[in-house]
Amino acid sequence: MKKRVLLSLMLIGATISFVAANDSTIATVKKEVADPVNAGLKIPGGFSASVVADNLGRARHIVATQQGGLYVKLERLKEGKGIVYLKDADGDGKMEISKTFANYYGTGIAIKNGYLYASSDQDVYRYKLDDKGEVIDAETPQRIVKGLWDKRQHASKSIALDDAGHIYVNIGAPSNSCQEVDRTKGSKGMYPCPILDSAGGIWQFKVDQTDQGYHNGIRYATGLRNVVGLDWNQQQNKLYVTMHGRDMLYTLYPEMFDTTVSAELPSETFYAINKGDDAGWPYVYYDHFQQKKIQSPEYGGDGKKAGGEKAIDPLVAFPGHMAPNALLFYTGNQFPEKYKQGAFIAFHGSWNRSPLPQEGYYVVFVPFKDGKPNGKWEVFADGFSGTGVVKNPRDAQHRPCGLTQGPDGSLYVSDDVKGTIYKISYSSK
Amino acid sequence: MKKIVGVFLILSTTTAFMLPQKKAAVSQPTLKAAIERGKTVYLQRCMACHQMDGGGVPRLNPPLDGASKVKGADKVYLIRTVIKGMTERVEIDGEYYDNNMSANADLTDVQIADVLTYIRNSWSNKASVVSAAEVKAARAKIK
Ligand code: HEC
Repeated sequence: MKKRVLLSLMLIGATISFVAANDSTIATVKKEVADPVNAGLKIPGGFSASVVADNLGRARHIVATQQGGLYVKLERLKEGKGIVYLKDADGDGKMEISKTFANYYGTGIAIKNGYLYASSDQDVYRYKLDDKGEVIDAETPQRIVKGLWDKRQHASKSIALDDAGHIYVNIGAPSNSCQEVDRTKGSKGMYPCPILDSAGGIWQFKVDQTDQGYHNGIRYATGLRNVVGLDWNQQQNKLYVTMHGRDMLYTLYPEMFDTTVSAELPSETFYAINKGDDAGWPYVYYDHFQQKKIQSPEYGGDGKKAGGEKAIDPLVAFPGHMAPNALLFYTGNQFPEKYKQGAFIAFHGSWNRSPLPQEGYYVVFVPFKDGKPNGKWEVFADGFSGTGVVKNPRDAQHRPCGLTQGPDGSLYVSDDVKGTIYKISYSSK
Repeated sequence: MKKIVGVFLILSTTTAFMLPQKKAAVSQPTLKAAIERGKTVYLQRCMACHQMDGGGVPRLNPPLDGASKVKGADKVYLIRTVIKGMTERVEIDGEYYDNNMSANADLTDVQIADVLTYIRNSWSNKASVVSAAEVKAARAKIK
């Protein structure tokens, strides 16, 4: 009797799995359908956009595998997990959640030489990938860096990797302008700024050592208030970064700046970084109208006095407070020639421009030649906010945060409001 | 129909008229003046972070509009927050915020009273006035 039940159970099971298998064969012939409204985005002619995944949570940085999968780092755990692995199993152009793992939240994620790297706000981990680009052991990653400053403000750790076995980690300064009392009117700037010993720069670590900390990392570059976008440029073999400039010139120094100037300044800056570089924070900020580094008012500046003779100049200076959250050099073959080797920057969008309307909330393109900008930057993809004018950042329905290039040369953009992943492709037809 | 609306209007104006009389010793014009002065302080000192509409900035600066503590009875908490600023990681109405709040010890008792009266009586908020005397008493206890 027992045997018979078992047998029939097995039979039923086999039928079910047979049907299921059949289903997925049907699914694989599903065709990718073009989105007629381009996911609500405004993009240049010849490009198309679609939503490939949605409602993932606070999707920060993203990275595509060579096999077409996508890893997404979440800034807040969703059902206890901080990384989502997506893939388009049935070929319909939409990605499904294949796996969720990691018990820490954060921003940074990257792939290099068969490893997935991901950061919490204090540590960096790595996971070995198999030949399908999938994490082999999601439960026990190697912790390669630990104990970095996490003091709430600017705590996210963005990462990039070079070809020589190094990882670059941003440690943002937990401060606006290194005042004795942060963001407080009348409080002096500390000199020298003690924060710079442990934050406000990019640190370099080895990719393959366990539990490195400040004692065995190298402060690769300093004077960088908070870098969220960074990328290693393969062609130049060099690190490039985008920095969030300081806030509150008007609130802290109403006698020197009005609300309009304070909305536009200081510039959001894009730098090429050589080892040992100093970008000047907190002592100076960049002013794209005067086209120079200006001494910070906390350090005796008046909005005009130049400063930072030893500090580097930006390659590009964008309007204030737009929050460049991701940087990606385009190396694919799909987009037209002008995009090759150029830089895409995802602007999260401002909050520090009120009472003026907020700005940003779009992806920008900067044409490049030989490692230097070659022409004016332009808005590449707009419309993420879903509203005309953004008065308060909370009105934005989506905010661009991460960028990655798919194996076919498409560009993916993540949004950390609703957890939407956009795919932007070009077709010459 | 018109009549009903009319009756309703009369009723609601009467109650609106009665409420402040019952609740606070502060007269309407005084409250209005305090809110006006408080708004000036708000625009200079608070608007950058908490925004014009009091809505705050997701994940960075908490909303003041609708915030339970802003509308709440613990005025000393509000006075202390304005004077000392806020830098700890604390949960506010179920969310965490990453920014640091400025200290404003240089504001006068009247300015602090006004700005708190403003945030307690703007947007959707409706709560009692904060007086300069209350700020003075609280400030003496804050180190
Ligand atoms: C630099 C940005 C900034 C400025 C300027 C600022 N705040 Fe805040 N405020 C914050 C942040 C961030 C918090 C939450 C801090 C935390 O979580 O530790 C906060 C918290 C508060 C709270 C507590 C809210 C609650 O629900 O518990 C009140 C009240 C408040 N602010 C009022 C004001 C007033 C009034 C002003 C102007 C005098 C002001 N803030 C200026 C950033 C700011």
